[in-house]
Amino acid sequence: MIEARDLNTYYGDSHILRGVDAQLPGATAVGLLGRNGMGKTTFIRTLMGYVRPASGQVLADGRDVTGWAPEKMARLGIGYVPEGRGIFPNLSVRENLVMAARAGIDGRRDWSFERVMATFPRLGERLSHGGQQLSGGEQQMLSIGRALMTNPRLMILDEATEGLAPLVVAEIWRVIAEIRATGIATLIVDRDWRKVLHHTDRAMVMEKGRITLAGGSAELLAQPEALAQRLGV
Amino acid sequence: MSGAAPMTSSLPLAPAAPAARLSRGLLAPALAVAVLAVAAPFLGGYASDLVVKVMILAIFALSLELLVGMTGLVSLGHAAFYGIGAYATVLGSGAEGGNLLALLVLAMGSAALYALVVGALSLRTRGVYFIMVTLAFAQMAFFVFHDTKVGGGSDGIYLYVRPSIGPVDLENRLVLFYVVLAALAGTYGLLALIRRSRFGAALAGIRVSEQRMRAVGFPTYFYKLAAFVIAGALAGLAGFLVASRDGVVNPELLSWHNSGEVLLMIILGGLGHLRGAVLGTVAFTLLKELLSTHALVGPLADHWQLSLGLVIIGFVAWLPRGLVGLVQRLSPEGSR
Amino acid sequence: MSADALLQVDGLTRRFGGLVAVGNVSLDLRVGEVHAVIGTNGAGKSTLINMLSGEIPASDGRISLQGGDITALPQPRRALAGVGRSYQRTTVFAEFTVLENCRLAAQAATPRPWAFWESAARCAASNQAAREALEAAGLAGEAQRIAGTLSHGAKRQLEVAMCLATRPRVLLLDEPLAGMGAEETERMLALLARLKAGHAILLVEHDMDAVFRIADRITVMVNGTVIATGDPESIRTNPEVRTAYLGDEAAH
Repeated sequence: MIEARDLNTYYGDSHILRGVDAQLPGATAVGLLGRNGMGKTTFIRTLMGYVRPASGQVLADGRDVTGWAPEKMARLGIGYVPEGRGIFPNLSVRENLVMAARAGIDGRRDWSFERVMATFPRLGERLSHGGQQLSGGEQQMLSIGRALMTNPRLMILDEATEGLAPLVVAEIWRVIAEIRATGIATLIVDRDWRKVLHHTDRAMVMEKGRITLAGGSAELLAQPEALAQRLGV
Repeated sequence: MSGAAPMTSSLPLAPAAPAARLSRGLLAPALAVAVLAVAAPFLGGYASDLVVKVMILAIFALSLELLVGMTGLVSLGHAAFYGIGAYATVLGSGAEGGNLLALLVLAMGSAALYALVVGALSLRTRGVYFIMVTLAFAQMAFFVFHDTKVGGGSDGIYLYVRPSIGPVDLENRLVLFYVVLAALAGTYGLLALIRRSRFGAALAGIRVSEQRMRAVGFPTYFYKLAAFVIAGALAGLAGFLVASRDGVVNPELLSWHNSGEVLLMIILGGLGHLRGAVLGTVAFTLLKELLSTHALVGPLADHWQLSLGLVIIGFVAWLPRGLVGLVQRLSPEGSR
Repeated sequence: MSADALLQVDGLTRRFGGLVAVGNVSLDLRVGEVHAVIGTNGAGKSTLINMLSGEIPASDGRISLQGGDITALPQPRRALAGVGRSYQRTTVFAEFTVLENCRLAAQAATPRPWAFWESAARCAASNQAAREALEAAGLAGEAQRIAGTLSHGAKRQLEVAMCLATRPRVLLLDEPLAGMGAEETERMLALLARLKAGHAILLVEHDMDAVFRIADRITVMVNGTVIATGDPESIRTNPEVRTAYLGDEAAH
C-alpha cells in the first residue's frame, strides 16, 4: 500500500537515508528495528512528508506521493503516533480525541469515541483533564487513541513504549495486538525487538541509513545472532 | 539548549571582501571625501544643508551597521543613543554656547553610558526578544524626554548658540560642513580598522556562529557589549552633530520611527558593508526627497510614505542584499 | 579514579525539575586514549557532554582538569583551559575560508581585542596555530576554499580542526561520524587515531562498528546513569549491556 523507493534524505549536508527501499502492504504489521541514530525516525518523517527526500519516491497505492504535505498523507488514511506523543497539552482528553474524529477512507467508522473509551478505560476517567496533566503512559494512550479516531488504514507507532513503566508497556502492546486484529496495517518502531517481531508479520533492520536485513518476523526471530549484531554492541 | 541548532546568521548579507585589504577598500571613500572637501565652499545653501544632513545620518547608519551588519545584533532602539547625544549637547550648552570638545565628550559619553546599561541587560536575550528589549529601552528614553520637564517635553528645546572651540565655530555653515565631513571620515575609518582587526573578526564569528565562538574560548557576551557601547557612542556623535546642525532637538529623535528608518537605510544599502551603510543613507534620503517633491511626482508627493514603502518592499523582495549586492551582481568578477 | 587522568568527572548530576537527566556519572579521560560514551535513546549523553563543555551547569558533582576544579567555569574559560568541543550539527563558519575558520578559532588564545589597529589576518600566532591545526586534521590542501563548499565529511574534519586551533588537551566529540558514508568514516577514524597520541578524547557515537574499532574504553549509559565502563571486549560481553540494548532474555 505504501512503498518507499530508493529514498535519500539529507539534513543539511548530513546524508541520513541512503537509498532506502521498503514496502508496507495493506493489513500487514511491519516492524522497523535499528539502533538510534540509524535513520528510523527520519525514514518515517520522509514517508509522512515532514521532510522532503533529495531523491527517491514515496508511493501510495501506486500513486507518487513524494513530498506531499503531512496533512495530505494523513488523509490517505495514515495515523501517525510520533515519538514524544505530540498530544495537545492545552486541550482536554475529550477534545484531543474528538477533534481527530473522521471516517476512514472507505467510509468505515470502526473506531468511534465509544470504542476508544472501551479500549482505554483510563482515558475515560480523565476526559476533562488537560493534556499536560496526564502521565506519560496516559499521554501515549491518548496519542494512540487520537490516531485511531481517524480510522486509519495504516498506523505508524514510533517508540510508543519509550520511558514507560512495565505495566503500561504491556498495556500498549495489548492495544497494538488489538489494532492489528482489526485489519489496520501497522509500522512499529520499538527498542524491544522481541516484542516487535512477535507483533508483526514482517520486519526490517536499519543500519546507517540502509536496510541491511529484512524478512518475515518469524524467520528473523530465528536469527538472534544476526539481530544482536545489528542491534546490540 | 543541549544539542540545539547552532546560532547562525540568517541576515541577507552580501559576501564580504577580505577585510585585510584596507588600503584598497578605502580608496573610493577617500576619493569621495576629497571631492566633498573641495566642493564644499561652492555648494549653495540647500545643497550644503542636504549633504550635511545625509552625512550625519550616514554616521548614525554606520554606527548601526557595526551592530547589525558586523555583529548580527538587530537593534530596534538605536535612535535612543542618537537622541541622547543630541539632548546632551543642548542641555550641556549654556546661554553662551558650549565648548565643542566638552560637549562632544558629554554627548558621546551619555550615549555610551546608556548603551552600557541597555546592552548589559538586553544582551542576556536573543533573537526576537533582543529586538523587543532594545525597543523597550528606547521607548523608555523617548518617554523620559517626551513626558518630563527634563527636555522641554514634546516641543523639545532650542540650542541658543552652537558649540565652538577656538576658531572652530559651528555657527559657521562651512565649518560645520568640514567638521561633519571629518567626523564621517573618522567614523568610517575607525570601523574599517575595527572590521579587519581581531575584535572585528571576533564580531563576525559571533554573527555567524556564536556557539562555535564560545566553544573555542571567546567570552562572547563582552564582545557584544563592547560593540553595543561603541555603536551607542558613535550614534551619540551623530546626535551631537544633528543638534549642532538643526539648533533644536525634540523627542522624535528617539522615536522608534527613527530607529526603524536607520535600520531600513542599512538594509537598503546592503548589510555587511560599510559603504552599504553610506549608500543606503544617501539613497533613502534622496528617495524621500524626490518622492515628496511635487515638481517630480505631482500629486503622489502627498503620499510619499506610501511610495517609499513600496520601494522598500521592492528592494527587500528583489534586492535583499541591497545596493551593494546589486553592484556586486553587475560587476564582472561577480560576488566572491 | 586514576592518577594520570587529564579530565576527571565525579558524581556529575543534572536535574530538570523532577527529572534526573544525568545521575551520578563518574568517568575519566586520559591522554592517548579514546573514551567512548554510548547508550540507548534518552540515555543522557547529550546532557553529559553539554555539562562537560560548560554549556549547561551541573546540579551536582565535580569536573576537574589536571586536578583543578573547573565545574563552575563558563564554557569560554573552560575552552581556553584546554577543553575543546565539536558539535553534532556542524558549526563551522560557512562564508569564510577554511584557513580563516581555523585562524578565528585560534585567535581565542591571543585575543588582544583592544588592538583595533592591527589586522587579524596578519596575526602570526593565530595563523601559525591555524596551519598546524589544519595540518593535523588533514585539511592543509583546502586552506583557501570557502568552508561552505566543502563536502560533508570535510566539513566535519574542519569542525574537529577548529577544536584543535586553541591546542586543547581534552577533546569532546559529539557524533563526529553523523551522516557519513563508509569512505568519510574511514578518514575521520584515521584522524581520530592520529589525534589520540596527544589528546584525551571523549567520543559520543552511535556507530557501533566505529566505536569498537577506535575506543580504548567504553562507558555505557542508560536512563542517565552509567551501567558499565571498561574495555571494548568486556563491554561486548557484559550481560547488563546486552540487556540494555537487546532486552531481557528472562522476560520472554
